[in-house]
Amino acid sequence: MKYKSVFDIIGPVMIGPSSSHTAGAARIGRVARSLFNRKPEWAIVSLYGSFAKTYKGHGTDVAIIAGLLDFDTFDTRLPEAFDIAKKENLKVTFIEEEAVVDHPNTVRIRMGDSEGEMELVGISIGGGKIEILELNGFELRLSGHHPAILVVHDDKFGAIASVSNVLASHQINIGHMEVSRKEVGSTALMTIEVDQNIGQDILDEISQLDHVTRVTKIAD
Amino acid sequence: MFRNVAELVELAETRQVKIAEVMIQQEMEVTGRTREEVIQFMDRNLTVMEEAIERGLKGVKSHSGLTGGDAVLLQEYIKKGKSLSGEVLLDGVSKAVATNEVNAAMGTICATPTAGSAGVVPGTLFAVKEKLNPTRQEMIEFLFTSGAFGFVVANNASISGAAGGCQAEVGSASGMAAAAIVEMAGGTPSQCAEAMAITLKNMLGLVCDPVAGLVEVPCVKRNAMGAANAMVAADMALAGIKSRIPCDEVIDAMYKIGQTMPVALRETAQGGLAATPTGRELEAKIFGISLEKK
Repeated sequence: MKYKSVFDIIGPVMIGPSSSHTAGAARIGRVARSLFNRKPEWAIVSLYGSFAKTYKGHGTDVAIIAGLLDFDTFDTRLPEAFDIAKKENLKVTFIEEEAVVDHPNTVRIRMGDSEGEMELVGISIGGGKIEILELNGFELRLSGHHPAILVVHDDKFGAIASVSNVLASHQINIGHMEVSRKEVGSTALMTIEVDQNIGQDILDEISQLDHVTRVTKIAD
Repeated sequence: MFRNVAELVELAETRQVKIAEVMIQQEMEVTGRTREEVIQFMDRNLTVMEEAIERGLKGVKSHSGLTGGDAVLLQEYIKKGKSLSGEVLLDGVSKAVATNEVNAAMGTICATPTAGSAGVVPGTLFAVKEKLNPTRQEMIEFLFTSGAFGFVVANNASISGAAGGCQAEVGSASGMAAAAIVEMAGGTPSQCAEAMAITLKNMLGLVCDPVAGLVEVPCVKRNAMGAANAMVAADMALAGIKSRIPCDEVIDAMYKIGQTMPVALRETAQGGLAATPTGRELEAKIFGISLEKK
């Protein structure tokens, strides 16, 4: 079941005009911002399918920028995101892609600053609900419905156990977990959805574990 | 957890509670929130809906200038007392239009189930309110009932115009509204399902063809007719009329129709009304160039 809550159907409260093309787009942008963990200096946004054909009419571009600025779907600053981004020196380029993709509302966001870059692929599946399909080339599935953390780690034995042990010691229950890697023995990514919110102290504890490179939280 | 309308109706009947109550209980179970929290959250959504209608009834205009002001026209017409289709129905239509006009003007709305179809549920709710005088609690229940039916559609078919056409958006919204009206008016859970089925049957095949890709033409008027459709279907179900095709099968048919719908008619602004000479002309005027030029 993709939709779990009645508030996926009656909601979200949002700035119009489109739940998939405005609210969903803003949410994908905001997840990207949250994963990047700071305001990027630039972003290159590739739009596919219906997103590519109708983004101007739906304000998809404005909404994605609003998300990158960390605005929520009901933030009344959303319509002015273009101007606010300009003032805050965030440069965003939009590309209308012709390629046919699995989902009609697909967006690929590449973003970065002097310290690093990140790439994310998200889809807006209707009613404001989104899924993140890919992060830095890793495939993943985040419902966006539960608190979730992403752990970048070495593909070595014990890495997964050590992270889940830390969570267990804080009485945090794992609802969904995925591990993906590009090749054996190199970098891997853990996606963990949990039932309780995770505090900064726990994130710090995980980040200090052997084989763990980086930990990022997706707030609930 | 109910997976389809048949299970939803059965749960309500065995527990001898309203559909709304089944939805509230499931929400508490799934999210771990208390009843008070769940109700309070829906109360907030109801307030957003009410404010959007109020704003729309004062008159708004979208940035493109394509929509706005029709809700006001309709209210003025109703006041003259000469309406042919009836005041409650037209009131619902005007309030649905009001909500979508606010949405098109980038105002704050509550998606039900989507923003493009956000007018139907609150429009009909606030019109029926005048007739049935529900308590605030009953109005909140109206939203849980419509949410329950939308939940089934979203999980078994689609509520996205890009995936399933307008039938998936305004069609779903109208079915949801019809079911909730029936419950508020004292109908049984199975009558709710009949109303949903009757409504959705009459919106099957409806394409998503927004002019210039804007959620304005024909979206605002599709919400108007969706509201009318919902109210008439609710009356039919309350009169004891049944759908020969069960609700779940209608939802399934809607899904399959959506899958076979050409991409040009699924929110790409490439076919249907978007591709008419006037549609193209408006598009060119709004954006300076036509999207179809390439």
